[in-house]
Order: sequence, then C-alpha cells, then structure tokens
Amino acid sequence: MTDTFTLAGKTFNSRLIIGTGKYRSFDEMQAAHKASGAEMVTVAVNRVPLDRATESFLDYLSPEMQILPNTAGCYDAEHAIRTARLAREALETDWIKLEVIGDKITLLPDNEQTLEAAKVLIKEGFIVLPYFTDDLIMAKKLLDAGCPAVMPLAAPIGSGMGVQNPSNLRIMREQLPDATIIVDAGVGVPSDAAIAMELGADAILMNTAIAEAKDAAQMATAMRFAVQAGRLGYLSGRMPKRLYASASSPIEGAIK
Amino acid sequence: MKVTINGETKEITKQVNLRELLKEFALPSERIAIELNREVVRKKDWESILINDADKIEIVHFVGGG
Repeated sequence: MTDTFTLAGKTFNSRLIIGTGKYRSFDEMQAAHKASGAEMVTVAVNRVPLDRATESFLDYLSPEMQILPNTAGCYDAEHAIRTARLAREALETDWIKLEVIGDKITLLPDNEQTLEAAKVLIKEGFIVLPYFTDDLIMAKKLLDAGCPAVMPLAAPIGSGMGVQNPSNLRIMREQLPDATIIVDAGVGVPSDAAIAMELGADAILMNTAIAEAKDAAQMATAMRFAVQAGRLGYLSGRMPKRLYASASSPIEGAIK
Repeated sequence: MKVTINGETKEITKQVNLRELLKEFALPSERIAIELNREVVRKKDWESILINDADKIEIVHFVGGG
C-alpha cells in the first residue's frame, strides 16, 4: 500500500520525523536514523564555541535527510524569529520547526508568542511548523496564519509520558479533517506513537524516546513499525467501543 | 576595540570584516550564520561589512536537537 505523507509540497514515505539530540555517540545516532526510516531530522541552532574547534555535526547526517532546524531555547517571539533567520541563512532552507518555550521546568510552549513569531516568519517566506499545546483553537489560528501543519504536543518535551489528552487530538482531527497534524514531543514507547497515529495524527516527531533508549537503533525500528501500525489502524477504521461483550462465535447452534 | 561575540567580550586589535573575524578565531565558514547587532548578515556581505567597537555579534552553527 502506498501511503505517502506530503508536507508543504514535499512528499515523504515515512511518517516518522526524528531528532538528533541526546545520542551517546554519532555512530549510535546514525544507526538509529537508518533504522527509523525517517526522511526528516531536526537540528538545533547554537552559538559556535570560540575556545575550541568543533566537528561539523551536519556531516553525520545522511545527505538524503531533509534537515529541519528548530528554534529550541527561545523564550519569546523575537528570539525565535532571529534564530529562524540564522538557520535559513546557514542551511539555505525555508523550513523551520518553530518552538517558543514558556517555562524552563515544563518546556511547555508559549502559544501566544508562537503565533506572533509564526505570522512574522510566514510573511518572510518561511515554512513554519509550530510546536504548540494540543488545543484546537490555537491550531486553527496557526493554520489561518499560514502554517502548512500544526505540531501539538502529546506530553512535555522529553517526558516520555505518551499521549496525555487523547480527546484533544481526536477533536483536532475531527474538526480539522484537512489539516496536517504532526504530534511533536512526549512519546516514550512505541505504543504511544501508535496511539497518536490511531487518533489520526499524520506524522510524529520524536527525539528522546529513541535517543535515550538502551538500544537506540532497535527502538528506532520499533517506532518505525509503531507509526506504520497506528497509521494502518487509523485508516482501517476502528470497531466501536462497547460496554458489554459481543460474542464472536455463534450463540445459536451451540450444543445443549 | 571591544566587541561581544556569542556573549563574550573580545578585544580586536584592528578593524576587520566578518570573514576575517571568523579567520581570527579559527571558526568554520561553512554552514554557519552571523548576526551583527541583531540582523543576519548574508554570506555575500561578509567581506564588505567591517566590525566596529561595541558591536554585538552572534555566530551560530548546528548541534543535535529535537
């Protein structure tokens, strides 16, 4: 079955987008990337250290991967906008994962600042993929502003808590049937990814769940299958939930 | 003159352009970006823009992230 995923005019075979942070080694990251089947990876923009030579981190990424820079570490719209502009200049890409954080402990997004930054960046021709709280109204505002997709969180970044509010994702899917919804952050185990996909997410972005696994490459494989399984489950249309049993074998004709 | 690069105060003995500044600190010139006083400077302008006293410069590259 061909089930490709198109985002801002680019078609991907994989619905899994993964990060490049927290890996114990470049070798481990490369093995995980390969195993995941992902075709897009996120990277962070950071100050170049002045006191020592650094390796070019980007050399460790497969050249076939689409690189999605993020604005991690930004706490207001202005910093996120500046970071996006720097990323565009350095990488010659208009794509940006917009992330404006509201608080250091929870790393929950500042939706208001995110929307403000999105509007400015879209005017400047960026393809803005915003990380935000799983809220339908905010999703609508971000889409109206011109974001080609919205990226609601499942749970706080790096928490591995899984989909905390499945109803919000269901509502978002039902109310925005044509929108591209990418669940970003909070996945811990493959079943979390499958649940998000079963709820109708178009893709999933994750980092820590793979990078912090004891065997990152194996977890990447598991996530690849989980995303596929969840997607197929969603497309297949689930059975209704019933409070009581519904026999699978015929009741009539059983011997007495 | 004194400039601030990536939050650190640095003494520069003579006025240099941005490309020379990278060289002075042995920084890479590929897949990085430079911001001068909060404005991104396009790569093609690195030679023509000279730094001045009290300039605030950010030089960024890419690292692992999610």
